[in-house]
Amino acid sequence: MLEVRSVRKNFDGFMAVADANLSVSKGDVVAVIGPNGAGKTTLFHLITGQLAPDRGEILFKGESIAGLPPHAICRRGISRSYQVVNIFNRLTVFENVQIAVLSRRGKTFNLFGRARSMAVDETMEILASVGMADRADRVSGALSHGDQKVLEIAIALGNRPELLILDEPTAGMSPEETAVALALMRRLSEDMGITILFCEHDMSMVFSIARTLMVMQQGSTLIQGSPEAVRNDHRVQEAYLGEGDACSV
Amino acid sequence: MHNNPLTRPTWIAGAMVVLALFLLPAAVPRFYVYMAALILITGLLATSLNMVLGFGGMYQFHHAVFYGIGAYGFALIATKTSLPSWVGYLVAPVVAALLSLIMGLITVRLSKLYFGMMQISLGSLVWALVFRWYSFTGGDDGIHGVCPPEAVSSTTGSYYFTLSVTLVCLWLMYRIVHSPFGRTFQGIRDNPERTSAVGVDVRRHQLAGLVIAGAFAGVAGSLFVTVEGCAFPELLFWTLSLEILVMCLLGGWFIFLGPMFGAAVMMTLRTFVGIYTEYWTMIMGVVLMLIILFLPEGVLGLFKRKTTGDKPAEEEA
Repeated sequence: MLEVRSVRKNFDGFMAVADANLSVSKGDVVAVIGPNGAGKTTLFHLITGQLAPDRGEILFKGESIAGLPPHAICRRGISRSYQVVNIFNRLTVFENVQIAVLSRRGKTFNLFGRARSMAVDETMEILASVGMADRADRVSGALSHGDQKVLEIAIALGNRPELLILDEPTAGMSPEETAVALALMRRLSEDMGITILFCEHDMSMVFSIARTLMVMQQGSTLIQGSPEAVRNDHRVQEAYLGEGDACSV
Repeated sequence: MHNNPLTRPTWIAGAMVVLALFLLPAAVPRFYVYMAALILITGLLATSLNMVLGFGGMYQFHHAVFYGIGAYGFALIATKTSLPSWVGYLVAPVVAALLSLIMGLITVRLSKLYFGMMQISLGSLVWALVFRWYSFTGGDDGIHGVCPPEAVSSTTGSYYFTLSVTLVCLWLMYRIVHSPFGRTFQGIRDNPERTSAVGVDVRRHQLAGLVIAGAFAGVAGSLFVTVEGCAFPELLFWTLSLEILVMCLLGGWFIFLGPMFGAAVMMTLRTFVGIYTEYWTMIMGVVLMLIILFLPEGVLGLFKRKTTGDKPAEEEA
């Protein structure tokens, strides 16, 4: 479904991504792991169009999407959430998700319709599926951090993505919130058939849900494979032991 | 159910204000009717600015250009062509929208302050052109003795015309702000990056917003000529842009009627403070400072917060 081949991104001499390779097949749950600064977020930015790669190929459903603007990539079926909460602060929870639904339905140039009564059912359905229906009318800027992270995912679902990219979906969450987010990701994958690509530092969380792992180090892909293969790979062990943490790998 | 619900008391209050405005010419001397017309026009102009400023988050620092161009468009049709002057009311928003499109194509690529600076530069360029082009625009003399259509040429006639057009424009803008486009626009204001990531072409929506706001400013310009009978370069000078910006801030720039309220306060103050002192602009400066320090969401913003208990959302998460 998604193929990333030899992608590179250089910021004025700093090689954020040197040689990234990634393959995501339909229905899979893929985790990208690696130490801080390995280039995970930059790689996601490259896939979703916030950044354009200097070289390499990014194919989605067989077509090149490298260098397309974010809105064009979104319309092809890739949605994302952000590592740092990135929502519409002044709008209500309902309106946050509704914008994505209206966008998918191509209604954003409708000048005289009543936004209040449009796409209500679908928006409420999404909010219910992530367990936020009771907070629909709250101003999103006033929500707790955990709720804002879940809202991130809900906004992404408004586009009915085939591929959902989550940048550290449980970062900063309490253990309870993490459990809720994990259950949500399972439902999205198993019940709704959405392909998920995410990155995360919490290794127990990664190993509990990911079916495929990709390890990045200093901007390059070290290995991609099943959790067992990655766990037993000596290069991964060296890389992580060299980092001095994450002995759990 | 979401965002600014129109409750019953709001409706009743609004209906009473409109009724009072319609009865005004029967109750007060002509000067006040004329003042009320100018307040409505300036309020309409400020509301059109606020569509892009408060609801779109775009720093449109030189919005008066579109007002002035609308005024000149109407005045030129009425004085230099043999067309009936009604045509001017159609031409004004069209030329203002066209200018807005041209300027927007250049400015919309820039973000925030850079957008505002470029907007001031281009607007001042248009002003200089109008100011110097004697053979076409009358230069710094402007165009005088513009005759509006017979039916709306008296003080009362022009007032009723202004009131009706302003109400229709406010209704249209209200619909737009609460339409899917308006909601998307507010999303862009809060977070352009995220809006783009949900599949919205941010630049195209911003451009559309600029054109719409420009068109309404053009309508306000044509109304001004109807009431005053003349157009002059000060209409597109940057000080007027600054004044309407202050009106938006004063009234509350996240509230639809905030700019109209701000216009009423500012215009009234100017008229009556102007009797006692020549230093009106100094008073305006003090007012602006007080707003920035104590009322960042404007007077109506404060009022709304007090009545609904809404907490203002933080600017950045």
